[in-house]
Amino acid sequence: MTRAYLARRLLGIAVTLAAMSCLVFLATHALPANTAALILGPYATPATQAAMEHRLGLDQPLLSQYLSWAGGLLRGDLGQSAVMQRPVKPILAAALENSAVLAAAAMVLVTVAGITLGTVGAVWRGRWPDHAVAIFAYSGLAVPEFYWGLILILVFCSRLHLLPSSGAGSAAQGLVSVAAHLVLPVLTLAFSFLAHVSRIVRSSMLDVLVRPFIMAARGRGLPEYRVILRHALPNALIPAVTVLAQDFGNMIGGVVAVETIFAYPGIGRLLVYALERLDLPVMQACILVITAIFCAANLAADLITAALDPRIRLGAAHA
Amino acid sequence: MPDGFSRRGRGRPSASLIAGAAIVGVLLATVALAHVLAPYPFDQFHIHDRFSPPSLKYLAGTDEYGRDVFSRVLIGSQLSMTLGLVSTIICMGLGVPIGLLCGSVRGLADELVMRLLDLLMAFPPILLVLLILVVTPPGLLKTSVAIGILFIAPVARLARSLTLDLMNAGFTEAARARGEYLWYLLLCEFLPNMWPTLLVEASLRLVFAVLMGAVLSFLSFGVQPPASDWGLMISGGRAFVDNAPWIALAPGIAMAITVIGISLLGDGLRDRLHPQFSGKG
Repeated sequence: MTRAYLARRLLGIAVTLAAMSCLVFLATHALPANTAALILGPYATPATQAAMEHRLGLDQPLLSQYLSWAGGLLRGDLGQSAVMQRPVKPILAAALENSAVLAAAAMVLVTVAGITLGTVGAVWRGRWPDHAVAIFAYSGLAVPEFYWGLILILVFCSRLHLLPSSGAGSAAQGLVSVAAHLVLPVLTLAFSFLAHVSRIVRSSMLDVLVRPFIMAARGRGLPEYRVILRHALPNALIPAVTVLAQDFGNMIGGVVAVETIFAYPGIGRLLVYALERLDLPVMQACILVITAIFCAANLAADLITAALDPRIRLGAAHA
Repeated sequence: MPDGFSRRGRGRPSASLIAGAAIVGVLLATVALAHVLAPYPFDQFHIHDRFSPPSLKYLAGTDEYGRDVFSRVLIGSQLSMTLGLVSTIICMGLGVPIGLLCGSVRGLADELVMRLLDLLMAFPPILLVLLILVVTPPGLLKTSVAIGILFIAPVARLARSLTLDLMNAGFTEAARARGEYLWYLLLCEFLPNMWPTLLVEASLRLVFAVLMGAVLSFLSFGVQPPASDWGLMISGGRAFVDNAPWIALAPGIAMAITVIGISLLGDGLRDRLHPQFSGKG
């Protein structure tokens, strides 16, 4: 059952990636500019243009171009950047590494802060801590991520001069520099997902807190903090884990905006850079890699949910 | 946020409904009267008053060309609302019929459409819109349509699941026994039962569309300069945040008020029209 389900989901991901590769390929060929013209610049003669097109294989029929490009992808060859004149793979790998650090740190922060705030909201339901938590969490949703990023830059960089406003620290400058460059992007990214997680934790805590086993624990005279932390919280976390796994996929959109405002050299910024300069090979590679990550995150979300709660039958949602 | 235990039924309208309706009312009035209310045209340069801080003459200061930020924010509300409404109309107008038909007809057609929508939702949303906008020349209407198309899949899924529930209802059986046509069932029985949920969904989609449009124009793939779009103004004001923070801050405040107002109205309507759905927050 589970193995068949896994096989079906992996097949689905393969179909999605194949569809995305066709879409990206066709989209980039619908553009007015082509790679040869981009490499040669505005002063190319028709002859050099034709020679460059021949060298890059752009004079081949569309289908064979697609097949050779897709074949290269399958062998792990992502091609050559048209603007930077370097292979795409190392550029992409470095950007991906930076983004992974950013996203992982933001996930940890969202998890800890979301569970804490959600629990506070449930325990003090309807009183001021609950309202304060709700207002705080929802203010992350009222404006796009980049606006909070801008406010953080204004406060911590322009006014207080505490933190760097852009770029990423390198290992050569030491761990402190890396961490200092991460603080604001991580805060911004985490803030926009806080509402979702904390609301889910709060509502599932409220569900759990009225169950008989909680009453039994209180009846045995356990202190309230122990009832909440040891008895209620673990049971309330299952929906939260699902939401967190889903949010990891949704974070991609946030990553693009946050990396742009903090000039953080991750995959989102690389994508925007490639889109602005029409660096087609980089753009195609970024889009496919991001789609693959998104699909994998969604699959992980479903598997984790099923592992935590055996009552959820895998594949039932697709019936 | 309300818990739904205290505010059931048809009593006094809830605070969030009143506040949301008030904000949305003011917002709509602003959109309608933006050109009358704005003290200056949105693209008028005041070369001697560049980077003026907020004052009585320029309520929200001026930008790097000496354009009045307050007027630009007011007129920007028209762009944001146009984008939000066009996207919402597209996704509701196409998504709801698709969901209704798939949920009531079932069979192979339903399966095919649903798998296609699954595929659409398997892509990271922002990538699809970026791809559409890069290939074709960007603009307000193009952005709205791209966002609207993107939102068809979740709306169709919601409408389909609501339809599936209603197919088992007693009144459906009664209508079938009377020999009613399918269109009668869908339009006269199902839609009236679904519209509170759909209205709330529409308010959510409106908010998402406004926010996504702002992200896209911030990344320079949406509305193009010199339009006074909020996302674009924030993006342009970013360079001057050290010395003239009002350029970027003012449009963000306007966006927050818009989003909060529409969300409060949606929440309030949900509690009033559908008390059993509240408290799931």
